[in-house]
Amino acid sequence: MAIEVRNVDKRFDDFVALDDVSITVQDGALTALLGPSGSGKSTLLRIIAGLETPDGGEVLIGGRDVTHSPARTRDVGFVFQHYAPFKHMTVHDNVAFGLSVRKRPKDEIGARVKELLSLVRLDGLAKRYPSQLSGGQLQRMALARALAVQPQVLLLDEPFGALDAQVRAELREWLRRLHDEIHVTTIFVTHDQEEAMEVAQEIVVMNAGRIEQAGPPGELYESPANEFVMSFIGPVNRLGDAFLRPHDIQILPEDDASGEEALVERVVRLGFEVRVELKLHDSREIWAQVTRENAQELELREGQILSVRMPAPRVFAASSGSARPALRA
Amino acid sequence: MSISSAAGVGRARGAPASGSGHAGERAARARTLGVRSIALGYLALLLLAPVAMIFYRTFEHGVGQVWSAVTQPNAQHAFWLSLEIVAIVVPLNTVFGVGMALLLERGRFWGKGLLGVLIDLPFAISPVVVGLAIVLVYGKTGWFGDWLAGHGIQVIFSVPGMVLATAVVSLPFVVRETLPVLRELGTDGEQAAATLGATPWQSFWRVTLPGIRWGVVYGVVLTTARALGEFGAVSIVSGRIEGQTETLPLYVQDRFENFDLTGAYAAAVVLALLALATLLAMNLMTRRTRRRAQA
Repeated sequence: MAIEVRNVDKRFDDFVALDDVSITVQDGALTALLGPSGSGKSTLLRIIAGLETPDGGEVLIGGRDVTHSPARTRDVGFVFQHYAPFKHMTVHDNVAFGLSVRKRPKDEIGARVKELLSLVRLDGLAKRYPSQLSGGQLQRMALARALAVQPQVLLLDEPFGALDAQVRAELREWLRRLHDEIHVTTIFVTHDQEEAMEVAQEIVVMNAGRIEQAGPPGELYESPANEFVMSFIGPVNRLGDAFLRPHDIQILPEDDASGEEALVERVVRLGFEVRVELKLHDSREIWAQVTRENAQELELREGQILSVRMPAPRVFAASSGSARPALRA
Repeated sequence: MSISSAAGVGRARGAPASGSGHAGERAARARTLGVRSIALGYLALLLLAPVAMIFYRTFEHGVGQVWSAVTQPNAQHAFWLSLEIVAIVVPLNTVFGVGMALLLERGRFWGKGLLGVLIDLPFAISPVVVGLAIVLVYGKTGWFGDWLAGHGIQVIFSVPGMVLATAVVSLPFVVRETLPVLRELGTDGEQAAATLGATPWQSFWRVTLPGIRWGVVYGVVLTTARALGEFGAVSIVSGRIEGQTETLPLYVQDRFENFDLTGAYAAAVVLALLALATLLAMNLMTRRTRRRAQA
């Protein structure tokens, strides 16, 4: 179901967590709320779930105004950052919880739990307790528990934050495939731009309680609305007020007169990608991203003098969208 | 079992410094032994010896005398009265205690700090003062005295007053034992339950209460022990009428004052056994559920 948030404000004492935030999420979409910590992304997610009440504004799920409805009536599945397992219950009882509070018949619950546990690949662990599961297993149990009641909307708060890198990559891929299978409208919160780019169809970039930009990953990368989005999504070189992507910098042999002279300070080889840290003649430092082949052709090494060609850098208006009064003498 | 493991630790600690060899090991061992004897000796002197002495004195002249002492009508009445008061006070204070702990931990209201202090007041005030205060409020000349008398309700020198006094002195236990467990539990589980469609009532019974059960059980045990053993407050409120308002502790005191040592000791042993049974019941209960949880 589509989700609509209109002009939502939220304060915690003096701290403004959300400042006039509006977003629209299409039915069936997989959306990421991306931002640094304290940007308000988790608060927004909790307001959609009904775990937090906004000070102003409205929340609509499937066209229904749920701003003042309690969480339990919103038909929302929520996966908590630390999974919030019911520690005194088995995996089976955890997953069955939503069905059992709805007083569904026993055999229906049993069948559904079995189906879900196999969906999240936890078959055979039904009788275990949460303390006997690994982080990745807990995560999947929490997901199965949230999906058991067939929610209209699935919300995940930093779903992969507490996992190690390998499990994390695996689960990302798996979440995306799961979404393709069950098509439930999904929003997840993350501070990791790579995770957002990889998993989401739509990204909402948040900063300091406001929305900086929303759109598909490619669009945010290609045409960032402001310097915050530019520097938060993807690597960036900053030259005064100007911004430049490292892969936009072209490295040429030294004798090529069309470029600017530069000194190679360091070469970092990361497999296919090679990072080259350069010092320009006016001693400004930038770094460039080249392919392995390119680096081999140029025989890149430290201390080498090269020529670089830089496209016109991107320059944003002084402030990021919000009207800031100009200083007056 | 603990002795050998502790000695093992002492040895392990001594081992790396093998230059000074056995001397260091022996010193460490002597130290742990010393600490342990002091702790055990203190406990023996204060608790074990007197309790053992009561048991010894009770059964000194055989079981027959003890049996006739505890089957006296007044002793029987005291026994059942004590149980009756426990049966009323413990559920009352458990419900109140859990509710109050939830309020203090989860609620947001003005005067919360003050309420937290008030809860502890029964610990700070002498039970005798509690008893006097109850007499002052509910006695014939007290605030509600006229109204109560007019409706034919006698509080002082009867069971309602004794229940009241016992409830007051054992009030803080469940609250105090539940609060830290509730804080540790956090609200994540309750929020998860809410998003899964649980009503607050379902969430309390299925998530919150199982999460805090050890704290509550421990609070209940302490409340029971205190309610069973309460003397000061009940002594004042009850008027100590033989065969009517005497609980077991009051009965023990009564027998003692009347130079019926066998009666006093026998009743004391019954009291001690009741307390023991409470502890045992808790132990069995927690052990069984723990084993299930960690299976």
